[in-house]
Amino acid sequence: MTATIGTGPVVREGSAAAGDGTPSRPRRARPLITYGYWWWALPAIAMVLLIHYIATAGGAFYAFTDWTGIGDFNFIGLDNFKRIFEDPALIGSLKNTLFLAFGFLILTNLFGLLLALALNRSLKTRYLLRVLLFMPVVLSPLAVSYIWKFIFDFKGPLNSVIGWFGIEPKVWLADPTLSLWAILVVMAWQTTGMCMVIYLAGLATVSQDIEEAAALDGASTWRRFRSITVPSIRPSIAIASTLMLVQGLRVFDQVMALTGGGPAGDTETLATQVYKQTFALSNFGFGAALALILTLVILVFSVLQQAATKDRS
Amino acid sequence: MFRYTKATFLREVVVWIAALITLMPFYFLFITALKSDEEALTTGSSTPPSRPSVQSFADVLTAGGDSNILLGLLHSVIITVGSIMGMVVIGSLAAYVLARSTQRWGSVAFYLFLIAIILPTQLGLIPLYIGARQLGLVGSLWGMIVLYTGTLMPLAVFLYASFFRGLPRDYEEAAAIDGASPTRVFFRIVLPLMAPATGTVAILTGLIVWNDFFSALIFLGGSGNQTVTVSMYYYVGGLVSAWNKIFAIVIISMVPILTFYLFAQKKFIQGFAGGIK
Repeated sequence: MTATIGTGPVVREGSAAAGDGTPSRPRRARPLITYGYWWWALPAIAMVLLIHYIATAGGAFYAFTDWTGIGDFNFIGLDNFKRIFEDPALIGSLKNTLFLAFGFLILTNLFGLLLALALNRSLKTRYLLRVLLFMPVVLSPLAVSYIWKFIFDFKGPLNSVIGWFGIEPKVWLADPTLSLWAILVVMAWQTTGMCMVIYLAGLATVSQDIEEAAALDGASTWRRFRSITVPSIRPSIAIASTLMLVQGLRVFDQVMALTGGGPAGDTETLATQVYKQTFALSNFGFGAALALILTLVILVFSVLQQAATKDRS
Repeated sequence: MFRYTKATFLREVVVWIAALITLMPFYFLFITALKSDEEALTTGSSTPPSRPSVQSFADVLTAGGDSNILLGLLHSVIITVGSIMGMVVIGSLAAYVLARSTQRWGSVAFYLFLIAIILPTQLGLIPLYIGARQLGLVGSLWGMIVLYTGTLMPLAVFLYASFFRGLPRDYEEAAAIDGASPTRVFFRIVLPLMAPATGTVAILTGLIVWNDFFSALIFLGGSGNQTVTVSMYYYVGGLVSAWNKIFAIVIISMVPILTFYLFAQKKFIQGFAGGIK
């Protein structure tokens, strides 16, 4: 039986690409066989183009209008954005978003790494511990927020516990400053397990031999950590920090459940504002402008993040 | 050097203490849910109920209208399973072709998906809502399935493509040399082999869809087709401080995902750590 060598689509496409008429050589090696049909990718591409790119472009367009969801709209240029930057409440929500995102990034990575280091070797129950500590990650953030709402309640357990130490009970979720920290705690509590798991995977790649050799040579634990462990887990640091930053910037469920954005809008974030403006107040154009800013913030930080944690090995 | 020393034992104890403190919230969750209405009001927040009662669970399960949690669970299951199936079918086919492609458009398409993963979805949500409204898909289960499938498609394609890239081509080539058409090669050879990737995709995307709140609230809020997160939101919104009932519904909403997690935790953890790599 002769081999069926499919060269059709590959070579033809190659020649079509060189529009100047010169015969082109396929730039890459011809595959031995045809893998699937190229049009298998069409549904996925179509869906992504539509739901991600075209929709985002549409949203970006609305950001420059004053549409309210029904009827006509006017193109108002940068008015929406001027409004945003002149409104102290909205600047406040931008600050809150950044605070929560970076706080979340730091706390989850720090504790995730610590837990991963503690769990990494030789503990007898490390598998069970890993399962338990990862568990909060799979829960719905809304459900988790309701549990913590109870804990932070004025008559709740947290105030009871600090009462044992003689500290006065606080109105955690109604205090302008404390409420933001409370939201941060809830976010970090739930997701530290994810960082832990990522770091555990990264730590597993650290060569035990090198560590033992270094230890035998008298290197201190800290020195070993810095020179051997840290470089090996660079990819994990990059992944974990990118994920946490992006997730932190988009926080929504927890804020809505814990404080609803209060007290008096002190814990509003960009995402909650987008929701309220667009769907509660029907200011589609204005909400789109807010969403555009959120999108730009996320994109900018993602790029910066990638650059900062790039593996320069 | 990595023997189990006294220091190691100490480390284990410390971590366990940390773990138990971290899991304290679950303690409160359970003792409060089991309190009867009057005990919920009278007993202290950290004390367990003296007469545990399942009344709050009964109340939650019989709540109707927008807060119907059983209906919410049903819808969540339908939407999650539907979305996973959509992503597995459409995503694997696309990822296979893209991963094996040696032409430029293959890489271009792949970057398209990669960027779409990072691209935040908030901005696109507004036009999608308008479009869905025009098409009458707002508040429909099918509409949500399409929405979730499309939104998470880049992730699914990325995960599958990473997997296919690492898959040696020998089996496919052998089958093709034996005369199998590309379609048969895929369905007979590749499909069985991609089971682990499918597991990862199903778990990661399924989790996101199941726990989603923002999109579900916007598209399904008040429509009678809501998912369990939205039903829970409406139910809790209607109560003020009936913590026993609130926690009863929280527990009920957690049962499906926790059961699944306990059966498949290894897959979950591997999926997160490995898939994300």
